[in-house]
Amino acid sequence: MTWTFIVALPVALPIFGAGLSLAFASVRRLQGWLSAGVLSIVWVVAAVLLYQSSKGPVVLDVASWAAPVGISLVADRLSAIMLITSVTVTLTVLLYSLAQGAADGDDAAPIAVYHPAFLLLSAGVSNAFLSGDLFNIYVGFELLLVASFVLITLGGTRDRIRSGTVYVVVSLISSVIFLIGIALAYAAAGTVNLAQLALRLPEIDSTVRLTIQVMLLVGFGIKAAVFPLSAWLPDSYPTAPAPVTAVFAGLLTKVGVYTIIRTQTLLFPNDRLSTVLGLIAVATMVMGILGAVAQQDIKRLLSFTLVSHIGYMIWGISLGTVAGLSATIYYAVHHITVQTTLFLVVGLVERRGGTTSLVRLGSLAKLTPLLAALYIVPALNLAGIPPGSGFFGKVGLIQASIDRMIWVDWLLIGAGIISSLLTLYAVSRAWNMAFWQTAPEPLPAKPIPWGMTASAGGLVAVTLFISFWAGPINQFTEGAAVELKARSPYIVAVLPEDGRGSGESPHVPGDELPDVDDREAPDWAPTPAEGGTGGTDNG
Amino acid sequence: MTSSLALAILAGALVAVGIYLVLERSYSRIILGMSAITNGVNILFLIAGGPSGEPPLVGVAEKEDMADPLVQAMMLTAIVIGLATTAFMLAMAYRSWQLNGNDEVQDDLEDRRIAQREGEDEFDARADGLADLETDASEVHDETEGEFEDDELAGTIDPVHDKPRRREGTK
Repeated sequence: MTWTFIVALPVALPIFGAGLSLAFASVRRLQGWLSAGVLSIVWVVAAVLLYQSSKGPVVLDVASWAAPVGISLVADRLSAIMLITSVTVTLTVLLYSLAQGAADGDDAAPIAVYHPAFLLLSAGVSNAFLSGDLFNIYVGFELLLVASFVLITLGGTRDRIRSGTVYVVVSLISSVIFLIGIALAYAAAGTVNLAQLALRLPEIDSTVRLTIQVMLLVGFGIKAAVFPLSAWLPDSYPTAPAPVTAVFAGLLTKVGVYTIIRTQTLLFPNDRLSTVLGLIAVATMVMGILGAVAQQDIKRLLSFTLVSHIGYMIWGISLGTVAGLSATIYYAVHHITVQTTLFLVVGLVERRGGTTSLVRLGSLAKLTPLLAALYIVPALNLAGIPPGSGFFGKVGLIQASIDRMIWVDWLLIGAGIISSLLTLYAVSRAWNMAFWQTAPEPLPAKPIPWGMTASAGGLVAVTLFISFWAGPINQFTEGAAVELKARSPYIVAVLPEDGRGSGESPHVPGDELPDVDDREAPDWAPTPAEGGTGGTDNG
Repeated sequence: MTSSLALAILAGALVAVGIYLVLERSYSRIILGMSAITNGVNILFLIAGGPSGEPPLVGVAEKEDMADPLVQAMMLTAIVIGLATTAFMLAMAYRSWQLNGNDEVQDDLEDRRIAQREGEDEFDARADGLADLETDASEVHDETEGEFEDDELAGTIDPVHDKPRRREGTK
């Protein structure tokens, strides 16, 4: 009895749901229930995977084609925690948009293509997180990108077409750069399977390896909106509908961050670019937050803080230590939820006040105290005020940096603290202008549907959960970081039988394995804990 | 592993042409550029697969003479994805032409406005008379396609260029 097929469900179910959703395009209510049902099942699957992955990576060789030949889906701790966070956020945002649609009636609800595109986006994100194959990551990226193209230009209005143009072209350029990286990797190593690449890349010429590394980093860097490659983001995100911006801000850049973590730890474990990455992290944090301080529109302000806080994640990656990676993963989990929550709350502000311009908003704390509470909790959390998860993430990064202490670390710590303070300045400035000061003109009194408030409130509760459960989550991310640094658990799980996968997932203790760095192919036999359950159904 | 030099030159030329076109302002040229780049990268994949050979069909060709089938599969995937994205970009270019009467990539208004603020000293956001924010907020704040009517903006003033908005080419 193999249960590994559930690894495919987070990808397969939403795609299936998207097809059904298109078939029932005329029945809006059914579409909504369908999306919510599919994402709920995926959430349960992700929770199971989270539990299973803590015992060792769960591997599925798709269609029983053995690993280096076929495509494998891998759920190790990093993938599992990113997956559960992303599905939680996606599900909440979906409920938010359903409540919005229910309140506005069918005529004003998002058009029929919204639900299929939303499900495809979720499938693409899951595929990118779970894929154990470089080319399959590209397919996941394209899936989520094409879905995001539809969502960002929803309705085809002038502003959305304008911002969509920039977004589409920049995204496609980044995909092409990623594709060049894949072609180079294949030409050099003859494989695109991540585990096999990890074994073969150390063998090839170091300059060629550096070229592949830089190509992949640039491709992912554009997606993650790392500083010199981030100009597209604040321009394109704010014009989309609030739920769309929220899910984009939470997930799409973090998929880029995830792939950077995965490739940097698994494929390029040497620290050749760590100084460069450190400087990039400094620049991203500082330039992003300086942009945020200047903004007049709260959505744009948040988009700039998004860029700035990507810098924190690159910081942890640049350290390359267990502590640094653990802090980065924790920070990514924190940031996905907090940033999405803030965009959802701003959606509520926009609904209540009719605008997102700080110049025109005001008096909201008096008009809707609940909304003010929903804003201030994640906003302070983002800035890193102590009981919040942002604080723990930043402390973890600073701690990891102090452990290493070379000259870049001084810069990193300084930039981190300055951006944290400037984030506090930016969000409290928005608080002052939108919530405390009197509005220049009275705001239109448009009620907020309870469902929207409830789903935004639910996500605020999730951010608080991440804050107060920081200990167990941190333990889990530390396990993930140890797994990433060791590399062998992942490689052995994907290629357990003489360098081939089997579709089974023997639980191999990581510490009994030899160092994989110096070997072309694993000539060691794995020691399956359960005596190699299942046969050799190598396709 | 030997590959054809002609293919390498072709890939380079296509990517170079593509980059030149992508840097243009007109959307239709960008689309042509993207197609050229994608095709250049596809040829790069062909080079990555090594020398050409017999069709990789078991029973038709000897194992040693076969071309690498994996790169062909990857190229095919990339081609299909390229087709879909090109179609989407064409639709966007058409929509842009419908709305603006041209298909040029537009500037970000809010960005320009923030840049303009630079010269003013003692900036006070509340007293900010620069921008016609109501117009722009109404543009930004539309959740459906039906809500947006072209007439809404006809005759209003473009805050950045300080001239009436263009209405040619729209219906």
